[in-house]
Amino acid sequence: MTMVQDMPDTSIPTPHESPRPTIGALFRRRPELVSLAILIAICVIVASINPAFLQPSSLIDMGRASVVTGLFALGVFAILAAGGIDVSFPAIAALTMYSATLFVINVWPTAPMALVVVSTVVGGAALGALNGWMVHTLKVPSLIVTVGTQYLFRGILLAFIGTVWLMELPPQMIAFGKAPLLEFQSGNGVTVTLPMYFLVFPAAALLTWFMFNKTLMGRAIFATGGNADVAERLGYNQRIVHIFVFAFTGALAGMAGIIHVCANRMANPFDLMGIEIEVIAAVVLGGARITGGTGTVFGTITGVLLITVVNNSLVLVGIPSTWQRVVVGAFILLAAAFFVKRSHKS
Amino acid sequence: MRKLDGNFVLLVTLIVVLLTIGGFLSGGTYLSLFNLQSMANQVPELGLLAIGVMLAMCAGNGGIDLSGIAMANMAGVASGLFALQFFPVDEAPVAFTITFILGCAVVGLIGGTLNGLIISRLGITPILCTLGTQMFFTGVTVVLSDGRAVRIGAPGPLYELGNGYVFGIPWSFMLFIVTATILGVVLRYTPYGVKLMMTGANQKAAKFSGFARARIVTVTYALSGLLAGLSGAIIAARNVNVKWDYGTTYLLIAILIAVMAGVKPDGGYGRVINVVLSAIILQLMSSLLNFIGLSNFVRDLAWGALLLFFLFVNRFALVEHFADLLSSRRSPHAPKP
Repeated sequence: MTMVQDMPDTSIPTPHESPRPTIGALFRRRPELVSLAILIAICVIVASINPAFLQPSSLIDMGRASVVTGLFALGVFAILAAGGIDVSFPAIAALTMYSATLFVINVWPTAPMALVVVSTVVGGAALGALNGWMVHTLKVPSLIVTVGTQYLFRGILLAFIGTVWLMELPPQMIAFGKAPLLEFQSGNGVTVTLPMYFLVFPAAALLTWFMFNKTLMGRAIFATGGNADVAERLGYNQRIVHIFVFAFTGALAGMAGIIHVCANRMANPFDLMGIEIEVIAAVVLGGARITGGTGTVFGTITGVLLITVVNNSLVLVGIPSTWQRVVVGAFILLAAAFFVKRSHKS
Repeated sequence: MRKLDGNFVLLVTLIVVLLTIGGFLSGGTYLSLFNLQSMANQVPELGLLAIGVMLAMCAGNGGIDLSGIAMANMAGVASGLFALQFFPVDEAPVAFTITFILGCAVVGLIGGTLNGLIISRLGITPILCTLGTQMFFTGVTVVLSDGRAVRIGAPGPLYELGNGYVFGIPWSFMLFIVTATILGVVLRYTPYGVKLMMTGANQKAAKFSGFARARIVTVTYALSGLLAGLSGAIIAARNVNVKWDYGTTYLLIAILIAVMAGVKPDGGYGRVINVVLSAIILQLMSSLLNFIGLSNFVRDLAWGALLLFFLFVNRFALVEHFADLLSSRRSPHAPKP
């Protein structure tokens, strides 16, 4: 009896919901639509205050800016779905990107770009797997474990690997950062480029979507996030789920790191510090509950776009950039309150 | 005396060991009065934040307070700007100092209550709530100070609080010990303290026992905020300036202190005295690493590794095994924990 009582009523739609689908019921079932509505509303408001927002150059700027946040967010979404949280992924990204760049510059200047990317992805996955193994073994909230590994990874990077900025990137990395996907002249004669690496974001989103919706691992992750004890009794190996999901996040973080380097044409070991809050905010704004078991890839992308638009449009509508943190912080709290209320009602 | 507290013994042993090692390595300077005083002077701001983290963890249900240092900075900046408006530092130093410290406490209390209300009334998980308020408070601090450092100045009494001594003991350390003692007594002997630990240990049992859970959680986070506010006052007193990005590693260190003190991240157990000792140990280690001449980066690395190490120690109950060994030798009839 108690077992059944303990199970939270996650996703089974109750039959006595309102007979005709109202807007409220739709939003309750698909919380990411609310984020989408807010996103569209903000875009309309910003565009009507300052039409410069709709210029291709600023749209492409936002597209570029969303890649790194987006890759991080997909990883955080996977961990949130499994009922955990990770704050160490910026450190993983910094450690892998800086080590790989340093290696390429000093040891093997002609290393093929594909190999560089693969090595950061594998390195990130290994560090992530370490996270997952510790979260599983230590049986403490993953926040505390990853706060520890965050400083461990960052400390290894800064104490043993290097603290100087690498400004002279090898040519293949610069080429990777510059290769255009779309290129055209904007009104004032400046060439605007949407780089090729932008495609990595939708590709990673597709991969994540496939994993969650078409593979057993995706089911296992949601089950673990919904109720870890029940998932274990159902036969999902918790150790594998934990290690996999953290390694997945680590791999995406490694990818994001090397893209960050190529896009900025330098490797700064102090970069990406503190980005974790914004990324978690993006995922939560996308409707994933921090207690696990819910969320969609589509919602996560919406959340990423929402955060990117907010970050990039405050100045356009005349709000000083000092207000950025207040706005994002308030957004987190409001979104959290909204989604909690929603889950109480349904 | 109740059962032998293994953590307490371990922490005291560690302090003795660290002092000995430090004394040997430095040829005595580590144990000089000046060095001891300067170390004692650096403990309070972190110690107060760590007690705040401990309170939040004790409340259970994934309790944690990530907004501590953001709140401390906000308290320092907001209260500093407020007090500067009404009292010129040089003409009315006493009035300024009192206003400033009270202001810090009030800002902390308000911020903490906000955390508590969001968590207990709206039902948002503490991680998410304090992550949001951390960013929000930092943002408010940036807006208030325009991103610059605010010069509080050094009026007599405030400077004394940050750098002065009474009987050779720093004022700030005294304040820290008094605050910790009061909290320790409250947690152990008042109904609030008992209920807090019980709520943290078992949510459901607490609910069915008719505890006013929402009020307990609100009070707990409000207390954590108050401690952060006091920490902000001490930071301002020690540094003359306050700024929004002060102490970026304090969040990790506060969690580390709490975990090292044996506070259970799942809730229900934590002792203030252990947190105080743990904060002292951290300062001893920090100064020791300084003496050896290691960089800040190595120190961050060490804190991360240490946190994981103590999580490991707590997970496999190594301290309890050790304590069982000790207490079974001393009194065979000691009740099992």
